[in-house]
Amino acid sequence: MLAYTLRRLIAFVPTLLAASALVFLFIHLIPGDPASILLGDTATPEEIAALNQQLGFNEPIYVQYFLWLGNVLQGDFGTSVFFRQPVLSVIADGAETSIWLATMTMCWIVVIGIPIGILSATRQGTWIDQVTSGFAMLFASIPTFWLGLYLILIFAVGLGWFPTSGFPSLSDDGGLWNLRYLLLPSLTLAAPNAALIVRLVRASMLDVQREDHVRTARAKGLSPSRVAIRHVFRNALIAVAAAFGFTFAALVSEAVVTETVFSLPGIGRLVVQSILRRDYPVIQGVILIIVVLYMVINLLVDLSYARLDPRVSLK
Amino acid sequence: MALLEVEDLEVSLKSGRDLLKVVDGISFTIEQGETLGIVGESGCGKSLTALATMGLLGGTPIRVTGGRILFEGQDLSLLTPNQRRMIMGNQMAMIFQEPMTSLNPVYRVGDQIIEALQQHETLSQKQARDRAIELLALVRIPDPKNRINSFPHQLSGGMRQRVMIAMALACDPKLLIADEPTTALDVTVQSQILDLIVDLQKQTGMAVILISHDLGVIAETCNKVAVMYRGKVIEAADADDLFAHLRHPYTRGLLDSIPVADKEVEHLNAIKGRVPTLEEAIEGCTFNPRCPNVQQKCLSSYPSVAAFERGHEVRCHFPLEGNE
Repeated sequence: MLAYTLRRLIAFVPTLLAASALVFLFIHLIPGDPASILLGDTATPEEIAALNQQLGFNEPIYVQYFLWLGNVLQGDFGTSVFFRQPVLSVIADGAETSIWLATMTMCWIVVIGIPIGILSATRQGTWIDQVTSGFAMLFASIPTFWLGLYLILIFAVGLGWFPTSGFPSLSDDGGLWNLRYLLLPSLTLAAPNAALIVRLVRASMLDVQREDHVRTARAKGLSPSRVAIRHVFRNALIAVAAAFGFTFAALVSEAVVTETVFSLPGIGRLVVQSILRRDYPVIQGVILIIVVLYMVINLLVDLSYARLDPRVSLK
Repeated sequence: MALLEVEDLEVSLKSGRDLLKVVDGISFTIEQGETLGIVGESGCGKSLTALATMGLLGGTPIRVTGGRILFEGQDLSLLTPNQRRMIMGNQMAMIFQEPMTSLNPVYRVGDQIIEALQQHETLSQKQARDRAIELLALVRIPDPKNRINSFPHQLSGGMRQRVMIAMALACDPKLLIADEPTTALDVTVQSQILDLIVDLQKQTGMAVILISHDLGVIAETCNKVAVMYRGKVIEAADADDLFAHLRHPYTRGLLDSIPVADKEVEHLNAIKGRVPTLEEAIEGCTFNPRCPNVQQKCLSSYPSVAAFERGHEVRCHFPLEGNE
């Protein structure tokens, strides 16, 4: 297991190199450059060229890439063109929001998705199953931005139960109570993914239910709930665990939309704004970190596989 | 009072709006310590009879639609599901055809045995574990102290079936139902498993229902035999008597289809045709399309039970005379 983990970690290196090169190239394909956006419409071409020169954007692209890569390897992600701050501190500012948002979302996905999935599978064919499956289909299909806007309209504007937007830091006045700002965004973000988990838990449990060993469990005289949890759900979890890796990828892209709809100062919105500002160093930094996270999460999913299924040996 | 009495059991498959009878009014009894063999081709209702007796038809479109199953005089159909579960895995246990898939792959075999023990008996973890090791030793698994920690995929098919037997015996059942326990195993392992079941029966005095399509297996192990064909028992007798005086042409066919080891043959004997599907309606005796002795009467009426000496019963208009 340790050797496997080490090998996987080493394999991160080429993936990261490839990802960073791709990101670097694609950003530079976007028309426009940082200087002309910073200086606005009134700037002369000479001023723009001078600023680009000063920021180092006039070098050939491969030179820029290797300079940047060299700095990143030393832990220096460069300086944000827009904020005039180190990229890492810009990202750190957005990280608090995003980490809390992701944590709450994952909690919803687990707390809503798994029990409803189990309920749906154990009541297969009944009205409970039909209602939960119907809602799961509905929430899996609703676009995130639409759901977010309607939640704001109903619960924030209409009923006034929750704030409409923004997120003060937990270290500000209010402390943990400030998490209420993230309630609607996290529900918005959780809805399609929880729906996916409901459907997946249901489908895998129904698959496992047909297996011979479940009949053996029933033949022992175990109660239906014990059979459902210890023998059916436990084995179905193997397939569900795999989905959490994909869920993370979906969360990243949906978070961009959600953070924009709820005006949250998170990483998702930072990426969008940085693209609009052609803030190359920030975009590269954020995407690199997302790639690392994605790889780490998938490594954890693979490791959890081996924990969940003794037949899997990691070699 | 017999240990198990099955009276006119009917099991039906719900197919659309129709009920198709898969088991059609079968009766048998089994006393403490006896071994009843139920034999027949695939699809004749053997396994469903076993599952119905055990109470494992839940979750399938198949239901008991008639008759009674009395276990120690108690009509099982009158019990609540919870009362039924108190018997399952406790006084009545079952092992299955597929040892490869009948154990849960994610739990250690010891934990699966312990689960069966603790379901019906109040035992500490330590007591249950010691008992599980004893059970593994009882079914002759070498090195049970270590094997208890194995996962099913680390064991061979024969070993897994031994674990299944250990699990079934966990609570000292009065009745063990073995549904084709050796069909999926190698020939050499088959006889080991059968010997094991016979020995364990002698040690514990439990009754065994052994289901098989192999008359040879039944002949070796059982003292009573019921031959099933298309949902009905068509011949039932004490094993000795049955093999001495085969009365039904179907039983004769089953026996003839066992190849003899020291005789060279060009073609293996087989009963011609196949078991008719449930949807196929057959006038008269359901065996008539395949019967070598078929006569006019067989095409029009289903034979009632003809009784011979020593309780030998047969459903045939023209039973064979003794052992021809």
